[in-house]
Amino acid sequence: MFYREAGQFKTSYEKDQALFPIRQDKIGLGVILLIAFVVIPLTANDFFLASIMIPFLVFSLAAIGLNVLTGFCGQLSLGTGAFMGVGAYAAYKLTTIFPDVNVILLVLTSGIFSAIVGAIFGLPSLRIKGLYLAVTTLAAQFFLEWCFIRIGWLYNYNASGAIEIPTREMLGVVISGAEATPLARYFVVLSITVVIAFLISNVLRGRIGRSWMMIRDMDIAAELMGIRPLQTKLMAFAVSSYICGVAGAMMVFFWLNAAEPSSYSITLSFQILFMVILGGLGSVGGAFMGAAFIWILPIVLRAIPSMLGVDIGAETVEHLAFMVIGALIIFFLIVEPHGFARLWQIAKQKLRVWPFPY
Amino acid sequence: MKHLKTWSFAAALAVGVTAVGIAPQPVQAQDSNYVPLLTYRTGPFAGSGIFIANGMNDYLQMLNERDGGIGGVPIEIEECETSYNAQKGVECYESTKGKGALVYNPYSTGITLQLIPKASVDKIPVLSVGYGLSAAAIGNVFPWVFNAPTTYWDGASVVVKYIGEQEGGMENLQGKKIGYIFLDAGFGREPIPLLEQLAETYGFELLQYPVPVAQMQSQSSQWLNVRRDRPDYMVMWGWGAMNPTAIKEAAKIRFPMEKFIGVWWSAGEDDAGAAGQDAAGYKAMNFSGVGTDFPAIQDIKTYLVDTGKTQTDEEMLGTTLYNRGVLNSVIIAEGIRTAQELTGKKVINGEDMRMGLEALNLTEERLAELGLSGFSYPIQITCEDHAGSHPVFIQEWDGERFVKISDWIEPMSDVVRPLLEAAAADYSEKNAPWPERSEACAQ
Amino acid sequence: MLYDIFVDPFVQMYQMPDFFLQVLWEGFVAGILYALIALGFVLIFKASGVFNFAQGIMVVFAGLTLVGLHENGVPAFLALILTIGVMGVLAYGIERVVMRPLVNQPDIILLMATIGLTYFLIGFGELIFGGEPKRMITEELGLPTGSTAFEFGERGLVILQHIDIAAAVIAILMVTALGIFFNKTRIGRALRAVADDHQAALSVGISLNQIWAIVWFAAGLVALATGIMWGARSDVSFALEIIAFKALPVLILGGFTSIPGAIIGGLIIGFGEKIAELYWGGLVGGGIESWFAYIIALIFLLFRPQGLFGEKIIERV
Repeated sequence: MFYREAGQFKTSYEKDQALFPIRQDKIGLGVILLIAFVVIPLTANDFFLASIMIPFLVFSLAAIGLNVLTGFCGQLSLGTGAFMGVGAYAAYKLTTIFPDVNVILLVLTSGIFSAIVGAIFGLPSLRIKGLYLAVTTLAAQFFLEWCFIRIGWLYNYNASGAIEIPTREMLGVVISGAEATPLARYFVVLSITVVIAFLISNVLRGRIGRSWMMIRDMDIAAELMGIRPLQTKLMAFAVSSYICGVAGAMMVFFWLNAAEPSSYSITLSFQILFMVILGGLGSVGGAFMGAAFIWILPIVLRAIPSMLGVDIGAETVEHLAFMVIGALIIFFLIVEPHGFARLWQIAKQKLRVWPFPY
Repeated sequence: MKHLKTWSFAAALAVGVTAVGIAPQPVQAQDSNYVPLLTYRTGPFAGSGIFIANGMNDYLQMLNERDGGIGGVPIEIEECETSYNAQKGVECYESTKGKGALVYNPYSTGITLQLIPKASVDKIPVLSVGYGLSAAAIGNVFPWVFNAPTTYWDGASVVVKYIGEQEGGMENLQGKKIGYIFLDAGFGREPIPLLEQLAETYGFELLQYPVPVAQMQSQSSQWLNVRRDRPDYMVMWGWGAMNPTAIKEAAKIRFPMEKFIGVWWSAGEDDAGAAGQDAAGYKAMNFSGVGTDFPAIQDIKTYLVDTGKTQTDEEMLGTTLYNRGVLNSVIIAEGIRTAQELTGKKVINGEDMRMGLEALNLTEERLAELGLSGFSYPIQITCEDHAGSHPVFIQEWDGERFVKISDWIEPMSDVVRPLLEAAAADYSEKNAPWPERSEACAQ
Repeated sequence: MLYDIFVDPFVQMYQMPDFFLQVLWEGFVAGILYALIALGFVLIFKASGVFNFAQGIMVVFAGLTLVGLHENGVPAFLALILTIGVMGVLAYGIERVVMRPLVNQPDIILLMATIGLTYFLIGFGELIFGGEPKRMITEELGLPTGSTAFEFGERGLVILQHIDIAAAVIAILMVTALGIFFNKTRIGRALRAVADDHQAALSVGISLNQIWAIVWFAAGLVALATGIMWGARSDVSFALEIIAFKALPVLILGGFTSIPGAIIGGLIIGFGEKIAELYWGGLVGGGIESWFAYIIALIFLLFRPQGLFGEKIIERV
């Protein structure tokens, strides 16, 4: 009833294969973008922008990146955190070498370094599959983390061993460093995320994306049908690492302001993987939902006791939050292993047939 | 099952919607001074963090209970759990700064580094008591960052000085080997430039043994290396679970404990206690008193522990790290008091607090008034010097407790100060355009 | 440079044989301890195909329960028995609440569920026992402390820690016991049947649920033993969970499904990383231990993708 696509005819294959073939989806997306670009900046306070929206968008992008690899190409990776780190360190080096170049451009370029590193560590995927591959990507995680600590050149030999983001401007507005307002940083992060999400959605429904999915579903069959596993898998690793690298660079440039190697530890890899799995493997929209759930839920949980006026210690709240998150993850995996993306589809179906049961 | 799915989706939506509604309340009408405490009672460093957290909390709360706060205005204390995690640390900062926070104590070098550039923008000082960026001591470059009573570089110079004394003079350091075992993160790497310079000056050999965070609890390789290299002394910069493991491993390879010296963060009773009698002779630097023989600590016991208003156990009172937390809060409290005197306001803000800290003068008499006579070396902070490079002392583990075994040892300020200035200049250059100091000195 | 890489380490080994022996011993002990963690993974993977990430936190949880009970005045041996009971309840609970509803899901979902379990156990453990590290009750459990030194030659010295010897003995006993259990008992045979083929096992009347509860319990026992040993070497704290990552390259080397593989893989990693760290690590600034094991495993995998003792993977279209 609410979500009726009857009467929307397509007259060409091109239209039928469009990103959003249904009118309601287009309107829905428009509304979301309107909220993101207009309503939120007008209404939200600094805390909401800086601590909820910016991290949420950064994580969404990283989750999209991992989703390309794990959800669409079927290669499980636990090295996401390190690939994000490569992007961050590359962007930091670039901005110190070329201080006058627009920082957004540098952030986008830094992903290329991440893509190269990702492709190198993707090489074993040609022989190794599944959980074995997951464990080998851990090699990337630990090795790169070690590099971030040991190679002083990467952090310009700062005594602190961390990278600190200098102030950079674009069109007279400060967009990175401590002086950047949350609003400016929010707009930058939002724009990059939306653009990349849009581009990757198009890649995914095209030839490249479909060849990834063939590899995922049955690699030997895909090979027999003329897909080259080497190029395809490495391409997936490279594209995925590119997106993760950009997300990692945004994380330090527009959110954290400074990063120690431990910011890109295995914990981050797991965080992103959770977002992908809970959001739904193989769904770009799901990545956003997963990121929202994993990032925002703990903040909500921590805020609940003080909202209710219950006086319990900060650490007890933290412990309880851990328990609730763990339990909810298991709960959602049991209820819907295909993630929020599938729940959303079910909801759409319900809206379509309402008020009838089916 | 179908209904379950619908419900779970609804639940997920509800979470999202409430998230929008929980943005923190704007600044409330203030009749108190708000001090957020970034603490960690969970995570891999909780073992050290709990002591600090309790110490900081208890002293401020005791002031509330005993004196009704500072200058007649109660202190509003709020703990925010960071788990030593940079992401959560920033979230804590963002969520509390809008409530009129006076000062931040991140207790993590990583979080400190993130807050340093924000401090001057948000006009809230960062107080890192004996940790963080050493270069922050240069007040002219970092007007908003304080790291009294002393920096890591001062500490490292004290260790070398102490070793020189043990050897009967600095000239005897020539040809000696000093091993440096450290947590392989910003925190542990910080003193290396100074140690390298001192090695050059005094002609000793510096051997480095990094311990990655993931290897904190399995250090057998590092200590095998120590055994092979046979350094004359070992110096440790450790935190959390790294400390007890290192001390146990040292005992295991039969390294002479009396030649093993830790930084003030490796000075916990639990750290040395893990090896018990085997650790007897282990030394650590310290700058805050040990024990409960201070009237202020007794007041904490009377007002809080005996009435059950704190999570602190009685045994925890007077331990090294607990007292460190207390000292941290003493500096906060005295900073607030000084600011109140300077501005004449009862309820102050971050800018006043900065002035108060910069004019802080914790004399011996003042310490005695506070009931903390001899608890710390008199601490004075000035405009130029935000650390003060105050002396520290050495304490020794006798198998059951730490005993103070040395006088207050002055750091080699003549070596440290130029390095600090160079590092501060380097920092401001790398982070250009770094804001110039615009705040006037208090006096 | 070439000399440093190819000649110098061997010269050092020759010149200081006592030190080399010590390195080997440390490698052996580390290997045994890695193998113990890996064993926990293997038990569960073998029977249910679940890659149990929660093994690391189970180690911490078991250790904490033991020490926590003792701190509250329970005598050491009673605490040990009670802890075994707790691990049993935990195993049953996990089987009932997590594993049973997730039967037949893809690997990655099961993996995620165990990470969810990890979160839950971290929160739960800290809520009950607090986050501060605790001292392992080594002596109270009757485990040996102290060390024996063998001196020979001028400066020759090899120090053996009694607790390490005990760890090795206990690990060997556990592996033997598990081996006998798997091969000789009724339940053990049922377990192997389940590992081979779930459906076939079901059709001959083996209760999958019961078997799973049993393997989780067995993994819990292995976790307890690991917790005691690692705890005695440093202390029992949540930082110990990170150690579990060290078991993953061991698994790759040995194969996910082989108990002897876990032991041999553990020893290879243990020896390999200690020798590499001590004789070659200095060339790149040390600390290579954190990733060296993974590199060994990675290179190894390129030649034998299913591990040393893993079952050969046959793919059909």
